[in-house]
Amino acid sequence: MDVEVLARVQFAFTVAFHYIYPPLSIGLGLLMVVFEGFYLRTGEAVYERMAKFWTRIFALIFGIGVATGIVMEFEFGTNWATYSKYVGDVFGSALAAEGIFAFALESGFLGILLFGWNRVSRPVHFIATLGVWLGSMFSAIWIVVANSWQQTPAGYHIVGEGLEARAEITDFWAMVFNPSSVDRLTHVWIGAFLAGAFLVMSVHAWYLLKGRHTALSKKAFTIALAVATVSSLAQLVAGHSSAEGVAVNQPAKLAAMEGHYAADAPADLYLFGWVDPEGKRVMGPHLPGGTSLLLHGDPQAPVTGLDAFAPDDRPRQVNAVFQVYHLMVGIGMALIALTLLGSWLAWRGTLFDKRWLLRVFVPAVLLPQVANQAGWFTAEMGRQPWVVYGLLRTSDALSASVKAEQVLFSLVLFTLIYTLLLGLFLYLLNKKIVHGPDDGPPAADSPKRAQMMAAAPLKP
Amino acid sequence: MSERELLLGLDLPTWWFLVIGALFSGYAILDGFDLGAGGWHLFLNKEESRRIALNAVGPVWDGNEVWLVIGGGALFAAFPVMYATLFSALYIPVILFLAMLILRAISIEFRSKEPMAWWRRLWDVTYCCSSLALSFLLGVLLGNVLQGIPIDARGEFHGSWLEFLNPYALAVGLTTVALFLVHGALYLGLKTQGRLFAKMYLLVKRAIIFFILAFAIVTLYTLLYLPHLTDRFREEPALFVLPVIAFLAIANVPRLVSKKRFFWAFIFSAITVSMLLIVVATELYPVLLRSTLDPAFDITIDRAASSDRALRTMLWFVAIGTPLVLGYTFFVYRTFRGKVKMDEHSY
Repeated sequence: MDVEVLARVQFAFTVAFHYIYPPLSIGLGLLMVVFEGFYLRTGEAVYERMAKFWTRIFALIFGIGVATGIVMEFEFGTNWATYSKYVGDVFGSALAAEGIFAFALESGFLGILLFGWNRVSRPVHFIATLGVWLGSMFSAIWIVVANSWQQTPAGYHIVGEGLEARAEITDFWAMVFNPSSVDRLTHVWIGAFLAGAFLVMSVHAWYLLKGRHTALSKKAFTIALAVATVSSLAQLVAGHSSAEGVAVNQPAKLAAMEGHYAADAPADLYLFGWVDPEGKRVMGPHLPGGTSLLLHGDPQAPVTGLDAFAPDDRPRQVNAVFQVYHLMVGIGMALIALTLLGSWLAWRGTLFDKRWLLRVFVPAVLLPQVANQAGWFTAEMGRQPWVVYGLLRTSDALSASVKAEQVLFSLVLFTLIYTLLLGLFLYLLNKKIVHGPDDGPPAADSPKRAQMMAAAPLKP
Repeated sequence: MSERELLLGLDLPTWWFLVIGALFSGYAILDGFDLGAGGWHLFLNKEESRRIALNAVGPVWDGNEVWLVIGGGALFAAFPVMYATLFSALYIPVILFLAMLILRAISIEFRSKEPMAWWRRLWDVTYCCSSLALSFLLGVLLGNVLQGIPIDARGEFHGSWLEFLNPYALAVGLTTVALFLVHGALYLGLKTQGRLFAKMYLLVKRAIIFFILAFAIVTLYTLLYLPHLTDRFREEPALFVLPVIAFLAIANVPRLVSKKRFFWAFIFSAITVSMLLIVVATELYPVLLRSTLDPAFDITIDRAASSDRALRTMLWFVAIGTPLVLGYTFFVYRTFRGKVKMDEHSY
């Protein structure tokens, strides 16, 4: 295998694995802020138990997110040295801003969020929770800005030629607000809210089915359902806006997403299908002119197809892009249907009688996760063969001195560690969920708390 | 390269050399003590001691790693050529470093989640070994930077992938382990009482002897074989005050430990860490990475730096971000000040 394939597989693997966790931190962070906000306002112990329970799960998720995230930061240098030199002036500043303005905020307050319950006052603890959540939101801003600059570069000029060429920043704010960053950031944030809300709903649906922590679970489920309903509907708008941007800024990617080849003809909209790259067509149920209609409000409007691009400038894996994109859209629609149904039943007051629906919500935690992954695969595979769209090809971005054996070594190492990590994560997550929120209202200085404090050093 | 903009008489790449030096010093001082504390883990025999030691670093280790994240991001942004060349040339140690960071993070997280003896033993070993390995690898990376690596005019590495394991780098690696063990023992002494405190009181002195031996070897090797590092000191003898301060600071540590003044001993070991890095910076400047093939291929700060515009923008980040970061770091350390107290939220 050659270095390019190995390096791409390694990057895709490490970043996809990492991306299981940050959306959960962002989405769960939002819900923890809400839970603790309710606790602060009402003083009801049920919200305190909810907040403390989810904090324990958050700690697990956050820890793995940090550990796998640092890998990403250094992988640009180890495997993509030419890329790093080319974009450092622009891309590096977004990454540095993430460290200073976002990650420091999250990690700084994390200690208080996790260990500070008995050391700081309730409002200060709430501020710490808010700080961690805002830090994770800011983190998404800078990472999505950096990635969006790769998709739609702006605010730079190219200095030097050939092997010495590199991008230099000319306008920082034009770089930050490049044509795709706002759309993509909104899309990512909402995707994260969905991931967090569906995790909360999944766990509490399971408790409800088991008849455990019923009062607490009904409250938590309802809050998460409200967040999920608003988010899934908002995601429709954000996703559409994002696709319109792709049509304008990265027409080759849009063409691959819909498997549209004809250079200048109306484009259909597929429910699902299979792209035949030889025959340059897609087999599957479709709405003729549907994509044209969505993008231009006219089913006859022409959409730039793959044939308009030189073969070297097209995404190579058209069918893969098509599939992951349609998977994401399909799941998005399913999430809307599921949350609307849930909300309607909740409004009617019969939601918690519908055991079959609760049974659906338990495994539904996987849906937003799969959709988030599929969305990123669409974005990144659709950008190929470019690493920076129209400027630098992926094949030219590698570390010239790194050999295939070295990449294979690191790929095997990361595969082993991440497999272990995923296994441990699922095991401990399951254990924490089975253990559940602490029972009863642990009011300050109650005998129960005193007992817990005394037993603490021996606690497993 | 073209004319560089000046700020208070220094050009922007020099400013960034200082900023990144400060970030890595901050990282070495902060993560240095928790890596060192981790290195002692298997020397603690009682379950109770191990849990206390773990909870001494519990609320802060993640915040300490922030300095690595910011330092790495800043190096990427300010000196992309250095970032790209160094990490691709030293591929294997960097990858091992990242792998160890993950193993260490999960061993802290997971150790106390299960009561089984084998489980705790497994993560105790992982925690201790990864802490030592990380300290060692940091030293190995530094040793290679100090010694120089075979890079050509374009900054491409021309060496074998095992070349990072050379005597000098190994010696610097051991010195770093020793220094962090001293620093970590002082931190644990500061945060504990009773038998754990007494144990640290004994161990820190042995660690200082280990450090002084390792440091003497590195100094001798440097003086004999790496003249490029000592040129500046020969030209400017006044600069000898820097290593002398470092030496006095470490010499002061056992004196303060004997008086059981662990806080000040910890401050002085932190001063030692930063003074040694200042010595390193003085030796290197204005070269970031020396080429062992030809001095003309050296990566200087001017060659490695981003444009003045990028550097200026990011100085604003530093100006705005530093007070914020120091603010919440101070707040966290204040909240968890004093000896370790366990509660139901502890590891």
